[in-house]
Amino acid sequence: MRFYLCALLFVVFWSPAGLAVNPDEILKDPALEARARDISKGLRCLVCQNQSIDDSDASLAKDLRVLVRDRLRAGDSNEQVVTYVVSRYGDFVLLKPPFNSATLILWVGPFLLVIAGLIAIALFFRKNQTTAALPTGAKPLSKAEEKRLADLLAEAEQ
Amino acid sequence: MTAELGHFALILAMFIAMVQATLPLIGAQKNLPVWIELANPASYLQLALTTFAFGCLIHVYLISDFTVVNVVQNSHTAKPVLYKVAGAWGNHEGSLLLWVFILSLFGAAVALFGRNLPPAFKARVLSVQAMIAIGFYLFMLFTSNPFERVTPAPLNGTDLNPLLQDPGLAFHPPMLYLGYVGFSIAFSFAIAALIEGRVDAAWARWVRPWTLAAWVFLSGGIALGSWWAYYELGWGGWWFWDPVENASFMPWLAGTALLHSAVVVEKRDTLKGWTVLLAIVAFSMSLLGTFIVRSGVLTSVHAFATDPARGVFILLLLATVIGGSLALFAWRGPQLKSSGVFQPISREGALLFNNLVMTTGLAAVLLGTLYPLFIDVVGGAKISVGAPFFNAVFLPLMMPMIVAMAAGPFLNWKRGDLMPALGRLRFAFILALVAGAAAWSVETGGSFMGVIGIALAVWLAAGVLAEITERVRLFKAPPAQSLRRLRRIPRATWGMSLAHFGMALVIAGMAGAGGWKEESIQSMKPGEIVHVGGYDYRFDGARKAEGPNYDLVLGTFSVFKDGDLFVVLNPEKRFYPVTQMPTTEAAIHTTLMGDLYAVIGDEEGTDGKYVTRIYYNPLVVWMWIGTLVMMFGGGLSISDRRHRVGVPHRRQPLAPAATVPSS
Amino acid sequence: MTKKQIFFIAPLLVFLVLVGYFAVGLTRDPSVLPNMLAGKPVPEFSLVPLQGRDSVGFKNTDLLNDITLVNVFGSWCVACRVEHPFLMALKKQNLIPIHAIDWREEDKQAGPQWLKRYGDPYSRVGDDPKSRAAIAFGVTGAPETFLVDKKGVVRFKYIGPLNDEAWRTQLQPLIEKLRTESPS
Repeated sequence: MRFYLCALLFVVFWSPAGLAVNPDEILKDPALEARARDISKGLRCLVCQNQSIDDSDASLAKDLRVLVRDRLRAGDSNEQVVTYVVSRYGDFVLLKPPFNSATLILWVGPFLLVIAGLIAIALFFRKNQTTAALPTGAKPLSKAEEKRLADLLAEAEQ
Repeated sequence: MTAELGHFALILAMFIAMVQATLPLIGAQKNLPVWIELANPASYLQLALTTFAFGCLIHVYLISDFTVVNVVQNSHTAKPVLYKVAGAWGNHEGSLLLWVFILSLFGAAVALFGRNLPPAFKARVLSVQAMIAIGFYLFMLFTSNPFERVTPAPLNGTDLNPLLQDPGLAFHPPMLYLGYVGFSIAFSFAIAALIEGRVDAAWARWVRPWTLAAWVFLSGGIALGSWWAYYELGWGGWWFWDPVENASFMPWLAGTALLHSAVVVEKRDTLKGWTVLLAIVAFSMSLLGTFIVRSGVLTSVHAFATDPARGVFILLLLATVIGGSLALFAWRGPQLKSSGVFQPISREGALLFNNLVMTTGLAAVLLGTLYPLFIDVVGGAKISVGAPFFNAVFLPLMMPMIVAMAAGPFLNWKRGDLMPALGRLRFAFILALVAGAAAWSVETGGSFMGVIGIALAVWLAAGVLAEITERVRLFKAPPAQSLRRLRRIPRATWGMSLAHFGMALVIAGMAGAGGWKEESIQSMKPGEIVHVGGYDYRFDGARKAEGPNYDLVLGTFSVFKDGDLFVVLNPEKRFYPVTQMPTTEAAIHTTLMGDLYAVIGDEEGTDGKYVTRIYYNPLVVWMWIGTLVMMFGGGLSISDRRHRVGVPHRRQPLAPAATVPSS
Repeated sequence: MTKKQIFFIAPLLVFLVLVGYFAVGLTRDPSVLPNMLAGKPVPEFSLVPLQGRDSVGFKNTDLLNDITLVNVFGSWCVACRVEHPFLMALKKQNLIPIHAIDWREEDKQAGPQWLKRYGDPYSRVGDDPKSRAAIAFGVTGAPETFLVDKKGVVRFKYIGPLNDEAWRTQLQPLIEKLRTESPS
């Protein structure tokens, strides 16, 4: 669906440049080209929704891809290229948001939730144990009894 | 005239829904059988009216009635019939009509198949359904009327977006909505249960088939959308963690969690409040998805339907439905008493673990999807949260669950033993290691995730097979007995095994496509050959032609394997003159090992040279096969005698479920 | 409140917070990006002239010593045509020099022809077929208009077609303020 949204924008931005990476953009040096692809995959196409410039056929995305390659050829490191683009468009251009105070909750949140969930489950079992202890009072089953019970249950399930 | 009739039918349906939302509910509270009885005919009448309205919309599309704004904006006389019909729901207003049509369809289905539900309970369920419907009728009639007229009528329409003129996307919205809206039934059951203050095994059994049906449709809808992206985008991408995609994925995660926790309610009479909450959340996520897509809070102003009035209206609807139900949950939820107890290591424990992972996964997706909005609102910078974030956070969350998924079915209810279960999985473990090592050895620069994915897929698939083997006591009992056991496995159990097995296939597909994709982009003269993924592609040139409502360039590739002609691929590049938009139609040849995927681009110069893109996408087909297996498993489970709609009865209709001291 | 009650109330509270965010979110436009250049000197750029228009081109040093507007347009851009009459009217009033970046023309002739047809309100115009200047300015779509002060520092960015209302309420007050700060 994302492409559909992007497609609507082409009414304004379409140019007959073709799809995503074009052969004329590809660098001769495969190592450099691989780095360029890597960087491009992490930079957001500014015209489209959540699409990287590597996947986008918007003309601005193409020009950004060429810019990335030109800068790499001029000897920039990956970080320098990304820093340049960020200095022009802000963190918005990064598909993987940087880890900082503004994105702390985003990055740490999911893992805190896992821990919170585990604690909730532990509490649930503690309560569960106490209620379980109340009415039965029977001694636990022996190994043999347990096996027989399991067999019976398996039998009953058929 | 047709448009006015359709419009009138919608207004009438809204009034019927108002009656259905109030009288049966009051009847159930005050025990007035006549009022309770009203729920059934009202549901049927609503279905009749929305069917009529939907028919009217399709009719004005079929006859290309350009006095209707909606037809003007989304159709054209030259469009093929299938897309004239699909055009009716390929836009904001029409898709809302589809939504209420499906909502009334599910309502009528409950009225029809729920014959064995206690009448008062059923009346409450149908009343809640009607309340949801009222919200959508109001939304349509006040902000998004599909039957609006325009004068003077233009001579022709502006056509449907060519990307939507595709069989995959024609059926994607109906499938997706059957899923979204299907969760409304679980929601209504949950609200009715909260009103009654009672959830028991029978309730769980009633909810299950409806939830399963919604889950099956939603899985299908998501896969259709993904499949469409795969062949239409022209480079084989199939999932982008886009807000619009996440909007469909979140209800799926919640629905999957609900399916598993409902089992615990049914078998063990515990996790009741939690299960009711999941039922509310699953449908809330469907509504939230609608809000995200339609209001423009996350997608840019150019998106599907963005209009401040619409955004405000949906938010109010959201606040009323979700807020109201969560308030009811806060008020009545604590009265739900659970009796069953179990150990952490047990079948219930495994299902609870599934719930933990599914809900935290859901929370992670929700957080990532909404985070740019939060940052914007609190005055921070604009940021993007894209695929790299979700891959980094969501995938590691899921892995432990896949590991546990194979072991869970081996555990006993109440109190299980982990060691014997793991012992039975030793072959699966060895197989997974071997597969992972094999995947590692053919590693061609792909990601480490691919190797883990293959190992997990094999582990899960082998675990499912081991579980069935164990169940029929293969090699441990005489073959005749094993066969007898095999025949007696209930359909619901087959359903679970198939769904889990399907998941393994999907994971294998995702890992293959993610880890070992090969691509080659170049300009080719006719006769030139490139080598991709073990095949030689010879470009035989391209020619221009005309389709029904588009112009096209048709390329031809002869693909050779070891010198023999393997297949001929004909990718197309289309141009739709009415919308002035191009589309690519990749040529895909599917094999079980991987897809051969060829795309033709622009002409370069005059000597027949074209930009070509050739991809090898390993194992992709297993994603689609796996989804079908999962859907089939869900369907099989619905058809189980125990779950058959309406069959389960409450054992003691009147006694409260308070046989165990409450905490 | 017991632990149990917290469990039942928490979902409602979380949802209410969400609704609050959504309500505020509805008033925001997700497509509008902050101006990264605000308060920073214009980026270094040097663009070739449009064919047949003049021979001076357009570079960043042209933006020193006067308060100026830099308009990003393209002959392919529908919204720019909507905006153009306003720029022509602004030019007539002779309030501020307007420079332009002709962005992403596939055809060298398209830009000059477009200006011939709809009028040419610009002092300096540079051809930017590969988006070098546009990217340096952080442009995402056309038209966009930048206000640059005498020291060559970017003060404001207006996204979308400039019109009377935006001029009166946003740009004009800012220009007046800049003029009073350092009168020429």
